[in-house]
Amino acid sequence: MRYSAESLRLPVNWLDYVILASYFAVVLGIGVAARRSVRTSLDFFLSGRSLPAWITGLAFVAANLGATEILGMAANGAQYGVYTVHWYWIGAIPAMVFLGLVMMPFYYGSRVGSVPEFLLRRFGPASHLLSSVIFAVSSVLIAGVNLYALALVLRALLGWPQGVAIVVAGLFVLAYITLGGLSSAIYNEVLQFFVILAALVPLTAVGLARVGGPGGLWDALSAERGEDFLSAWGGTGIGHANPLGANWLTIVLGLGFVMSFGYWTTNFAEVQRALSAKDLGAARRTPLIAAFPKLLVPLVVVVPGLIALVLEPSLGRAGGGLSYNDAIPVLMRDLLPNGMLGVAVTGLLAAFMAGMAANVSSFNTVFTSDIWRAYVRPGRPDAYYLATGRVVTALGVFAGMGTAFIASSFSNIMNYLQTLFSFFNVPLFAVFVIGMFWRRATTAAGFWGLLSGTAAAMVNYFWLYRRGVIGIPTDQGANFVSSIVAFAVAAVVMLVVSLVTEPRPAGALTGLVYGTAAAPVEGGTAWYRRPAPLGWGAVLLAALCYVPFSL
Amino acid sequence: MKSAFDIRRVIGGLFTGYGLLLTAAGLAASDADLRKAQGVNVNLWAGLGMLAFGGLFLWLSRRPADPAPPGEGPGDGEG
Repeated sequence: MRYSAESLRLPVNWLDYVILASYFAVVLGIGVAARRSVRTSLDFFLSGRSLPAWITGLAFVAANLGATEILGMAANGAQYGVYTVHWYWIGAIPAMVFLGLVMMPFYYGSRVGSVPEFLLRRFGPASHLLSSVIFAVSSVLIAGVNLYALALVLRALLGWPQGVAIVVAGLFVLAYITLGGLSSAIYNEVLQFFVILAALVPLTAVGLARVGGPGGLWDALSAERGEDFLSAWGGTGIGHANPLGANWLTIVLGLGFVMSFGYWTTNFAEVQRALSAKDLGAARRTPLIAAFPKLLVPLVVVVPGLIALVLEPSLGRAGGGLSYNDAIPVLMRDLLPNGMLGVAVTGLLAAFMAGMAANVSSFNTVFTSDIWRAYVRPGRPDAYYLATGRVVTALGVFAGMGTAFIASSFSNIMNYLQTLFSFFNVPLFAVFVIGMFWRRATTAAGFWGLLSGTAAAMVNYFWLYRRGVIGIPTDQGANFVSSIVAFAVAAVVMLVVSLVTEPRPAGALTGLVYGTAAAPVEGGTAWYRRPAPLGWGAVLLAALCYVPFSL
Repeated sequence: MKSAFDIRRVIGGLFTGYGLLLTAAGLAASDADLRKAQGVNVNLWAGLGMLAFGGLFLWLSRRPADPAPPGEGPGDGEG
């Protein structure tokens, strides 16, 4: 993601600044108002487990709809074409439904406060500490990516120097999380979600009008890039070359199964939103409600990427000065008048902050309750941990400012992010899913499975791929393969270690392993509030969405 | 959650404000602005859309907020 301030500068005027400033005034106001409702550490970290499902559901999808997602997926749309829909329909929906239908009863029902805490209950302290540390490291790295990307956009769009932008944006996120804790972050995510949509929907509509509607877009792209560019599966046979550098098997297994399940079911920045719901029914509905807007996100993210390719043919070409990452900013510059432009800039900046805030608020929860409270300073009064949470938030933001400078050394942020996910989330998912479904999995198996899976993904990436030992055409293809390798290694190690070590006593596993809990309570009587119809409805819709792009 | 902190009111208020600003900008749009977007008055239409959206949320927020008391929710009889 490289912006050059010369080639892309938005013509913002006072009206745009008024819109931007009033948004941030409201955000800070929410922080101040939320502070009044924060009395205990539970309030701060899990919003007192009091939020209704529609709020947590929108926060769930908004936490994912960060700006790296918006800019990155529009860039992928312009670069890879319609293949990008795989990240949504096979790479998100099935995993979100699985989280809501299958995993949430164990998460919410066991009353854990965080994802690593579940590992403590299931596998004991060694796996717990390992996963907490891995998680803390990865969330600071990812927060840095968000902050860096935010600074790039501020510099390119508004002309702020990068260092100033990083510090100002970081301090802003710090202010509203420290004031209001998770409630503040979650309420802001909901607000940001609507502002982002208010920016993207008109942008897409005007863009489509400019290229002559969906038909005009289709004709222009198929004439220039060929039919496969507008097909989800064309050219993905094993051995065929395609722009994505992946075949149907690595798409289904690597992206659709291990990467996506790893991200959506164990990424605490996501799961935390569901854990803060007011009851189990609302917690299960959280990812299911989120699945429906997620189905439609490509319409306002991938489609603008395609439009940008038609309107600005130099996009991504060497010497043009514009990278694929510029797809959305270019459309904003070319299509939106002052006023709407301000809303779009606000939406983009809000999206970066949503991503950053999600990382920081989950980092402070895991650091405070899973590392500090569990191993370093146990047994203090609640107020102590509340204060610790606020201090750790500040440390997390400052660490994020540091890692923002690490992120600035990578040329493609989306690929860097997916690499981090394959290292950190995929092995965790393997340990989780085996621990949840196989009673025999032992304490030692959890620890060694996690460690070996993480190591295997890193070996595959740094040694086999980077050193060219095996030939994989693209970074994305390598990430898919790393994920499959990490999952397979973690699973085999867990199987072998479990068979040679003592199983945990059955009494210690109640409510943590499939078949040991009471039947999950339904969330309500109306059919549209029950998890199963919601979940299967989302999966069915995702399958239907593929139809027009597969024939 | 206190009513002053009702997110529906915040969303409604913010979008009503944006709607007013954009509608006004749309009514005062110059020819250059219109040409930029193929003759579509983006600010006017988006502004009217936001006014409707903001109004909807303000209207929704007149109903009482979610009845669950802060702190311990009703729960599902789980562990």
